[in-house]
Amino acid sequence: MKTIRIGSGAGYSGDRIEPAVELAEKGHIQYLVFECLAERTIAIAQGAKLKDPTQGYDPLLAERMLAVLRPCHEKGIRIVTNMGAANPVAAAAKTRDIARSLGLGGLKIAAVSGDDVLETLKSGDHRIEETGAPVSSMAGSLVSANAYLGAAPIVAALKAGADIVITGRVADPALFLAPQIFEFGWSMEDWDRLGKGTVVGHLLECAGQITGGYFADPGVKDVAALARLGFPIAEVAEDGSAVITKVAGSGGAVTTATCKEQLLYEIHDPAAYYTPDVVADFSQVRFTQEGPDRVRVAGASGRPRPATLKVSVGYLDSFIGEGQMSYAGPGALARGRLALEIVRERLALTGVEATELRFDLIGVDSIHGSALSTAGGQEPYEVRVRVVGRTGSLKEAQRIGNEVETLYTNGPASGGGATKSAKDVVAMLSALLPRELAKPVIEFMEA
Amino acid sequence: MKLRDIAHSRTGDKGDISNISVIAFDEADYPLIEAHVTADRVKELFHEVVHGEVVRYTIPSVGALNFVMRQALGGGVTRSLALDAHGKCLASALLDLEIPDIARPIQAA
Repeated sequence: MKTIRIGSGAGYSGDRIEPAVELAEKGHIQYLVFECLAERTIAIAQGAKLKDPTQGYDPLLAERMLAVLRPCHEKGIRIVTNMGAANPVAAAAKTRDIARSLGLGGLKIAAVSGDDVLETLKSGDHRIEETGAPVSSMAGSLVSANAYLGAAPIVAALKAGADIVITGRVADPALFLAPQIFEFGWSMEDWDRLGKGTVVGHLLECAGQITGGYFADPGVKDVAALARLGFPIAEVAEDGSAVITKVAGSGGAVTTATCKEQLLYEIHDPAAYYTPDVVADFSQVRFTQEGPDRVRVAGASGRPRPATLKVSVGYLDSFIGEGQMSYAGPGALARGRLALEIVRERLALTGVEATELRFDLIGVDSIHGSALSTAGGQEPYEVRVRVVGRTGSLKEAQRIGNEVETLYTNGPASGGGATKSAKDVVAMLSALLPRELAKPVIEFMEA
Repeated sequence: MKLRDIAHSRTGDKGDISNISVIAFDEADYPLIEAHVTADRVKELFHEVVHGEVVRYTIPSVGALNFVMRQALGGGVTRSLALDAHGKCLASALLDLEIPDIARPIQAA
């Protein structure tokens, strides 16, 4: 039976680069996939594109391509990535230029766009999922709306001979599903195989999270050589069966436990994992350790795809201002608490207009609140005061950090290491769009 | 004993929804986990953090539970004021749950 090996070269935009080079050079893979788009990445990239039409793609695209293009070209490895973000065409042009500068002539690069549905969403009668509000009522604050496209346009690009496929918003597993559909000639309505291929994509999309990264817990779950963590490879067969593994000699581990954690990562109902291509069923999945760093995955299936596509909607939400200050040594906790009281009173006294405020003591109860944090009972040696608030303007947000900073000369004794920040917040909501309203576009260029 | 002695866990996020897996190290312990790690207990444990409903899904084929918690991420990851906006640390807190000690037959090597 025909098998292919797919490597996962990045789990997020800022991920390590050399594990991807290791995959290309030593992984015996045919496809190298980079999943680099977080929820709001496109919304932020949209701003960059508006300022400069040649920008708006992943900030590490050039560095990644410079690192992997030569080994991929030498070994005939095709690249699939969503690093196009808000501007796949500009990302493809940049990749073409890099390929030329490396002397890699003849590389065929495809840009997949059409995920940008902002105008469609604004003009029609569509509602925000979370709030039920009409999208049109937010028109003034909307910055982006991108539909999660499926595997089809990537498959079409591969069929047309693309060596590199660069997309904008595409469902993460679809980046991995597309090479399987293309190589094995699966039907776009073979729900069982699409479900199996989607599980493979889901397991791989966070790269190191399945090879022992984000897993280690010393004494309970020990993982060797995390600084040299290897990224995962799926060995997939034509019938959809698959083995998860990694480059021999790299750090980390692939075990049934690492696979189980990743299977359930960011999953709601395991029997109904919605993607643009299939509703995948993870609820009967089983893992078997077949050898060192080799885990077989079986039991996934699928049902017909949904009639709508999820759209990720970016909008200007608010501004956030923050300040922090540290206290250490005897009495640190009491001084930290006093500092918080002073800032709380100052914000009221000076009339800072915040719609939401948080007063945290980092090292004490900042993460999970007071009820869960008192278990130890011992006073910490050091604490860090954190005050953060939501405002309607940047100027107002700056006042919050300033009030924390003034603790230097006005506050409790020996406060140090003040930091402050103020930023605008692009937040994300979602909408559902009939799938025929998002029309994928593929553009080819050659190095 | 603590849940951490027999299970591991990972948190995921989508908007204002957090999900936490609870996975038995040894699948033989799954029934014990299923019996004692209920949606009500998880909701009570996180009462200061989670303001919406908690739904539990069971995945016996991998010896795991999945808790889906609404209104759990300060209004949504992208606008939350929380230090851990993604709620990534929630998994570790859940593993601190107390589970009754039950003698288990020692498995043959």
